[in-house]
Amino acid sequence: MAIVDNIGTALSGSGGSVILTSVDKLVDWSRGQSLWAFPMGTACCAMELIAASFNKFDFDRLGTFPRPDPRHTDVMILAGTITEKMKPAVKLLYDQMPEPKWVVAMGNCTVSGGIFYYDTYSVVRGADTFLPIDVYIAGCPPRPESLQDGIIQLRELVREESIAPGKRHERKTLLPRKGEGAGDAL
Amino acid sequence: MSPHDVRHHLAELSPQLDARISDHFEDVVIEVGSANLLQTASELLELGFDRLGMVTAVDTGDDFEMVYRVTSRSLSCSAFVKTRVGRIEPRVASLCPVWPAANWQEREVWDLFGIHFTGHPDMRRILLPEEWPGWPLRKDYDDPNVIRRPDYI
Repeated sequence: MAIVDNIGTALSGSGGSVILTSVDKLVDWSRGQSLWAFPMGTACCAMELIAASFNKFDFDRLGTFPRPDPRHTDVMILAGTITEKMKPAVKLLYDQMPEPKWVVAMGNCTVSGGIFYYDTYSVVRGADTFLPIDVYIAGCPPRPESLQDGIIQLRELVREESIAPGKRHERKTLLPRKGEGAGDAL
Repeated sequence: MSPHDVRHHLAELSPQLDARISDHFEDVVIEVGSANLLQTASELLELGFDRLGMVTAVDTGDDFEMVYRVTSRSLSCSAFVKTRVGRIEPRVASLCPVWPAANWQEREVWDLFGIHFTGHPDMRRILLPEEWPGWPLRKDYDDPNVIRRPDYI
């Protein structure tokens, strides 16, 4: 756990709300300014993700820096279809990322299974069945601009978050899951 | 050796291998019994067919048809080798000793059709998880997790 998390725990315990708020803002602002992204490209969306990193779209200028090592990053960008065989590998890489961490689901396949939702035996129907997703980006594939917008929204979200425990935002899944009603009818 | 000579040579070999030779556009199609498959493959390699491009299977409903496509760079021609295997515990000889490229492709056929290749060095699933039940590309495969597409889409 990072040292800032310890500060958060210590200060919220002693009732130091004024100091905590200031530290909070500073830490969250700086976290939001520099999100290092782990490009988890499993299929064709990875092409758009690669295009986003290079000179035409250039995500570096927004402080989003691709780093192909889960231990150095704090955002996982899931780009592409996730198969049942790939699922354990994705989970393992997510587990290797240090806290705090966020996940962006890029493209229809990672959001819900996309065109593989029906009549397919090997595709995971949405990454949110096994990972907590913060930002969903629809598209098949989404343009780099959409990804950019998604990253900007994630930065807003990170800035709002507090280092104090219990103040993290809630993650909700998009589609109803098996046994939750609407999905069963199909 | 011209493509014509290749056909002639194969026609000479066919009684020995109990094979049926036919043409499919530019390609030669060689249909053999599964017992003679390995020998046919060796003969083809000797003839100059040095590249195994594709291994696949077809579920015809009654049985499986194995399809191999081999090409020869020196002879500038290609051939299909076909053989049929029964539906219950299908087994066919592995062609890895002849063309090492068969290794992963035969694993894929094992993975999706459940056809066992005898003499294969590493007969495991390749695309699906090890514990997967059934063989998805068979016509009679049914998976309870598959969501069927509704008619209105």
